[in-house]
Amino acid sequence: MAEKTFKVTSESGIHARPATTLVNKAGQFSSEIELIHNEKTVNLKSIMGVMSLGIQQGSEITITAEGTDADEALSALDDVLKQEGLAQ
Amino acid sequence: MSQRIKGIGASAGIAVAKAFKLEDPILEVEKKTIEDPEQEIKRFTHAIVQSKRELETIKNHAGKELGEDKAAIFAAHLLVLDDPELIDNVKNKINDENVNAESALDDVTGMFISMFENMDNEYMKERAADIRDVRKRVLAHLLNVTITTPSMITEEVIIISEDLTPSDTAQLNRNYVKGFATDIGGRTSHSAIMARSMEIPAVVGTKMITNKVENGTTVIIDGIDGDVVIDPTGSELDDYIEKRYKYIEQKKEWAKLVNESSITNDGQRVELAANIGTPQDLKGVINNGAEAIGLYRTEFLYMNREQLPTEEEQFEAYKEVLSKMEGKPVVIRTLDIGGDKELPYLDLPKELNPFLGYRAIRLCLDEQSIFRTQLRALLRASAFGNLKVMFPMIATLDEFRQAKSILKEEQQKLRNDNLNVSNSIEIGMMVEIPAAAVMADQFAKEVDFFSIGTNDLIQYTMAADRMNEQVAYLYQPYNPGILRLVKNVIDAAHKEGKWAGMCGEMAGDETAIPLLLGLGLDEFSMSATSVLPARSQLRRLDKTEIADKMDEVLQLDSAQQVKEYVQKHFLK
Repeated sequence: MAEKTFKVTSESGIHARPATTLVNKAGQFSSEIELIHNEKTVNLKSIMGVMSLGIQQGSEITITAEGTDADEALSALDDVLKQEGLAQ
Repeated sequence: MSQRIKGIGASAGIAVAKAFKLEDPILEVEKKTIEDPEQEIKRFTHAIVQSKRELETIKNHAGKELGEDKAAIFAAHLLVLDDPELIDNVKNKINDENVNAESALDDVTGMFISMFENMDNEYMKERAADIRDVRKRVLAHLLNVTITTPSMITEEVIIISEDLTPSDTAQLNRNYVKGFATDIGGRTSHSAIMARSMEIPAVVGTKMITNKVENGTTVIIDGIDGDVVIDPTGSELDDYIEKRYKYIEQKKEWAKLVNESSITNDGQRVELAANIGTPQDLKGVINNGAEAIGLYRTEFLYMNREQLPTEEEQFEAYKEVLSKMEGKPVVIRTLDIGGDKELPYLDLPKELNPFLGYRAIRLCLDEQSIFRTQLRALLRASAFGNLKVMFPMIATLDEFRQAKSILKEEQQKLRNDNLNVSNSIEIGMMVEIPAAAVMADQFAKEVDFFSIGTNDLIQYTMAADRMNEQVAYLYQPYNPGILRLVKNVIDAAHKEGKWAGMCGEMAGDETAIPLLLGLGLDEFSMSATSVLPARSQLRRLDKTEIADKMDEVLQLDSAQQVKEYVQKHFLK
């Protein structure tokens, strides 16, 4: 299982448009991908799941991926988070 | 049998087309136990596939016809339909509980909707509406009901609906929508302002049009007199075609005045300006020969989005307007949000009395970073045209001084950074609070100009909510009390050598124009489509003659008397 923790840097946290980009990216992989925030775990391929977390600036998020393309998935999501200026 | 329904003419012109009712279908969900869950899941999957296909079509169509930003909402809907949490939960429910797809979908989406509605972030609360929309579409497929999608209209229609919201109108294709009629609304409601900017005939406030019209029935919209004729007879059709012809001829006469100056019969000049909401409205301003922009409402830059617009975005919009006006005056009003205009992402507390609450300049002086960003964008844009800045909702001199000094600070900062900022920006204020109107002599010493915002000034002076139909009779532009306040403002400006304009609906009103002219108003700012009729009217009026009669008018005792006086003496 691949896992990585990030700190959210985007002023408006992660909602709507950035969440959409993230979910779309996760959807391209077959691995099971989860997002953990404040001890809550949601499916990162679920837009409603991600938005329901209401992730704010400054908080910590952890992404886990399990499956054949887990490492690729995690590195792709890492790229998205950084390119979009969402998290470090 | 034809039927005639009276409403309020919100946008002039005559249109004839088939009715297109914009309404929510009734989708009743009945919980049933089913025998074959596998078959039911197939039915559900099929409805999802159909909904997606439909949404793809709508998204592409909206992207082409209305712009990519309008299509984004449908992309969000598609993502919801792809959501494993939603889809799997519904399938599991069908399988585990042997319930029908409709009720499983209703339950699962209901859970998500209440979760979003209970979040303490306004933006998230609104996402519940997206899920509702998606649920509606899938349910309609399951129940074999057709739902109306305004963005997919491909023939000429007249829209019939209870009201039109900004998101409804955003989806309308201007090539096919020939006019509309609504149950609620007045001359200053969103739908009315929208109709005038789209230049299509509209009748609002009919109270019952949605109950009287069936889809596909021929409907005549008479936005001149505020009538809707349902299923007209042959002779009625002929009459209206004649009336439309006359109106078009009249418009051609007006069109000849596009490049003329706005001058009265006795040779006195005034300025006829237009109100705009976005740079897209400039086309109407230029086509209708407005001499200036008297009110650029910057709120629209802040609305229908997730976060505040950046300085750069604002700069581009202001620059576009200023440069396209080629040196003609452009009065830009700083952010007037709050009241009935909300910004979900600012997360402002709900107020009991928002029109008297935390809004406009009150908010800007408090949330200074928002204000300063806008001022910097404005100041940078000033290098590209003739900018005048105006602050909304000023009640006290202190507020005006504060706002002005913040502007000056930002101006100095930009100069220190060697950025190009105009030296001749006029700084003025809206007069819409009665205390400011009464104290106009004091304000006039410090402002460069006044612009009287009558929509609010009237509601504050008469203490009557302009959205409340039960007190609508108190919304009286011709009330001598209002006219005296207006006179006070104009006189105060002139005494200090400043100019006074008006940017409310009243400035373009046929009955008010002679009165305002007589009181000495310098600038009239109105919907772009009212500019030419106003110019045509001005050319027939004698300013000196009317001014001589104004003392008499101000002594009349009611709005009704004033109206009759104007009709008798000034509207020949």
